[in-house]
Amino acid sequence: MTSLLEVRGLRASYGAVQALHGLDFSLDEGGVTTLLGANGAGKTTTLRALCAMIRTSGDILFEGRPIAGRSTEDVVRLGIAHVPQGRGTFARFSVEENLELGATTRRDKNGIRDDMDRMFATFPILEKRRTQQAGTLSGGEQQMLAVARALMLRPRLMLLDEPSFGLAPLVVRELFETLARVNREQKVSMLIVEQNADLALDLADQAYLIETGRIVLSGPSAALRQDEGVRKAYLGY
Amino acid sequence: MDLLLQQILAGLASGAIYACMALAVVMIYQAIDHLNFAQGEMAMFSTFIAWQLMQWGAPYWVAFGLTLAISFVGGVAIERVVFKPLKDAPVLSHVVVFIALFAILNSVAGFLWDFSVKPFPSPFGSGPFLGSRLIGAHQAGMIGATLVILAFLYVFFRFTRIGLAMRAAAANPESARLVGVRVGWMIALGWGMASAIGAIAGMLIAPVVFLEPNMMLSILLYGFAGAVLGGLNSPAGAVLGGFAVGVVENLAGTYIPVIGGELKLPIALFLIVGVLVVKPNGLFGRVSVQRV
Amino acid sequence: MTIEHSAEILPSREAAPAREAQPRVRGAAGSAWFGIAVVVALAVAPLFLKNFVTFQLTMALVYAIAILGLNLLTGISGQFSLGHGAFYAVGAYSAAILMESAGLGYAWTLPVAGVVCFVAGFLFGLPALRLEGVYLALATFALAVATPQFLKLGPLEHWTGGVQGVIVTKPDPPFGLPMSQDQWLFYFTLAVGLLLYWAARNLVHSRSGRALLAIRDNPIAARSMGVNTALYKSLAFGVSAAYTGVAGALGAIVVQFVAPDSFTFALSVSLFVGLVVGGVGWLPGALAGGAFVMFIPNLAEHVSKGLSGAVYGVLLILIIYAAPGGVGGLARSLGARFSQPGRRP
Repeated sequence: MTSLLEVRGLRASYGAVQALHGLDFSLDEGGVTTLLGANGAGKTTTLRALCAMIRTSGDILFEGRPIAGRSTEDVVRLGIAHVPQGRGTFARFSVEENLELGATTRRDKNGIRDDMDRMFATFPILEKRRTQQAGTLSGGEQQMLAVARALMLRPRLMLLDEPSFGLAPLVVRELFETLARVNREQKVSMLIVEQNADLALDLADQAYLIETGRIVLSGPSAALRQDEGVRKAYLGY
Repeated sequence: MDLLLQQILAGLASGAIYACMALAVVMIYQAIDHLNFAQGEMAMFSTFIAWQLMQWGAPYWVAFGLTLAISFVGGVAIERVVFKPLKDAPVLSHVVVFIALFAILNSVAGFLWDFSVKPFPSPFGSGPFLGSRLIGAHQAGMIGATLVILAFLYVFFRFTRIGLAMRAAAANPESARLVGVRVGWMIALGWGMASAIGAIAGMLIAPVVFLEPNMMLSILLYGFAGAVLGGLNSPAGAVLGGFAVGVVENLAGTYIPVIGGELKLPIALFLIVGVLVVKPNGLFGRVSVQRV
Repeated sequence: MTIEHSAEILPSREAAPAREAQPRVRGAAGSAWFGIAVVVALAVAPLFLKNFVTFQLTMALVYAIAILGLNLLTGISGQFSLGHGAFYAVGAYSAAILMESAGLGYAWTLPVAGVVCFVAGFLFGLPALRLEGVYLALATFALAVATPQFLKLGPLEHWTGGVQGVIVTKPDPPFGLPMSQDQWLFYFTLAVGLLLYWAARNLVHSRSGRALLAIRDNPIAARSMGVNTALYKSLAFGVSAAYTGVAGALGAIVVQFVAPDSFTFALSVSLFVGLVVGGVGWLPGALAGGAFVMFIPNLAEHVSKGLSGAVYGVLLILIIYAAPGGVGGLARSLGARFSQPGRRP
């Protein structure tokens, strides 16, 4: 596998408070990688930094090309879809409009229509809610919509920030099964930030552990699962 | 009864002016999230450009089309040059820049074209409308034009992808960026469209109030009033609000003797404030909810 | 500026107190000395200036007082008004009528104008406080536009003099002080201004001031903590109007003339511009704002007679570019830099 995203010495700060102290990591093409860590460790910040939503320094290479310093719009146009925490759907827009917005950067009208049908096949509940305002959907439905909207971009890489947050366990399992299927069938690489380490390690093949803005551990998910520190701190057994 | 009907029709006629302006106000409010106090002056300036083109011999519709194009480009340019560098400045600073823009446009117009009153032609003629003595052809044309613009905007925002992207950029800029919408350009586009709509409003209004640098001041206020009355996030509401302001103003002027001509403006405005106190989001606006 | 966005009217509210807290302690002595220096410079200035320049300086102080009132409203309660020219007018007319029709001494007209405007502001604030952001702006703007027309109303003409206005007698210096009328009015205005500034500072740091700040930062949370937001907001509006009214009264005495057309919406807009240029939420900024309102239009006129409005507008835009938060924002960032030299990103 070649590396899709390569990050070297990534630093970011909020005002005077430095949040990332030089991260180095890379994502494999077609793989699922997870970023584990406690609250405030810098997981969300890392995702935001990749999308140029905050000021950063350091190198970010996407498919070998440097993308640090580009605007969020341009990063997205390269095929990086970000599903932010709290979902970031357009609450007053219909489900259908949200999906259309996901395809903003694309010009192939037929492809968009096909993808929309595919999303409705993948997430049947969204078809039922087609004309409903996104804000009226339940938490799980909104998360489905956010993922579907991100997929409408036909992304090469999907960044998911706490996709399980605030969802019932059954809904979470369904969501993660869908994510696994999307990764398998549509060859979308993923970087997932999760509090629920168990779940994330199941899905991912590669994992990084981040503590106060630094990567402290990395390796295949199975290896991290065996690590005593990770088990005690994040898996609870 | 005849007098009442006549006053209502006259109110609708002047309401068409306000509706036009209110539409431009709402357009820019959608794009940038605040009221543009220089909007009236932009419209006035556009109208002067049309006048100048006609002075140079351009036929009406050529001047009309050129003015729309120039106004659109001008609106985009104002956003890119003046406001883009200020996108992180506090809102009150933006309001001050609107005021500055107001002063600049007013002063330059006065300098280039002086402050004398100039007649401006109407594309609809000045005769009575369909033989009716209640409403003139120009007034009827103005109402028609306003409705056409409204329909155009509805279609644009509802059914085109760029309209959808513009709405998304206004509603939630951060999420819009995350789907690849170029938010900065959407805002500039909003300015361009608002400027062009303002130009149409100016060119429709000028035959009624005559062209001069200060022609837009009170009209802009009525436009604001109409927009706020109808709800700042509803173009159709703004148009209705504009008509309502026109009618209320006329009826109050006719039936409440103290008001007469001089006090029409404040009374109309205070009526609107009164409505707002009861319905803070306008008659057709959406209620926005704030989280603690 | 819908409700959702009303929290953004002021520059980075959450960040400001944290940023300010440290410099204020360390820089307090420095800024106090600077303040004293400014007051001393103002106090000796009339000794070296022509009467007309002294008069202009007095007017700058008058505007500064009006802007101080506006600043109390916007900086501390988070509401903003584009119509304070109306209260300025009410204050001016109160003074003129009391002096010319009732024969009251000029100094006594100030407290009366203050009380009248406090009541007017409070009453206007009661319904207006239900409006937020852009709606309040429009309501106050309507007030500003309507003011000259109200002043011209027929039934009031006996007192207001209608379109003609009222001419006010210029007061002489008391106790046979050896100075010109203009100089005396300058010192009188300066004294009133300092008194009002002192009162404003105390108000901000009082219990009520803190309640107002709480309302500004989060109205809903403040309400749930038992702060009577409606009452406090109306009171803030009243106090703010009272300041501006006193300024109006002073202005009437200094200019010796009131007429409806001196109080168009342009006055309200000028005061608002002065507020932003001086710096929202920074009381000393009012002085810079007053100077701006008084002198920049003159300067623009001087540069180009025909295009004075354009010059004014361009100057204004340049100032906002250079200092988006006004003079106050500039002072704040300078203060932060001096007191924390090591911390630069």
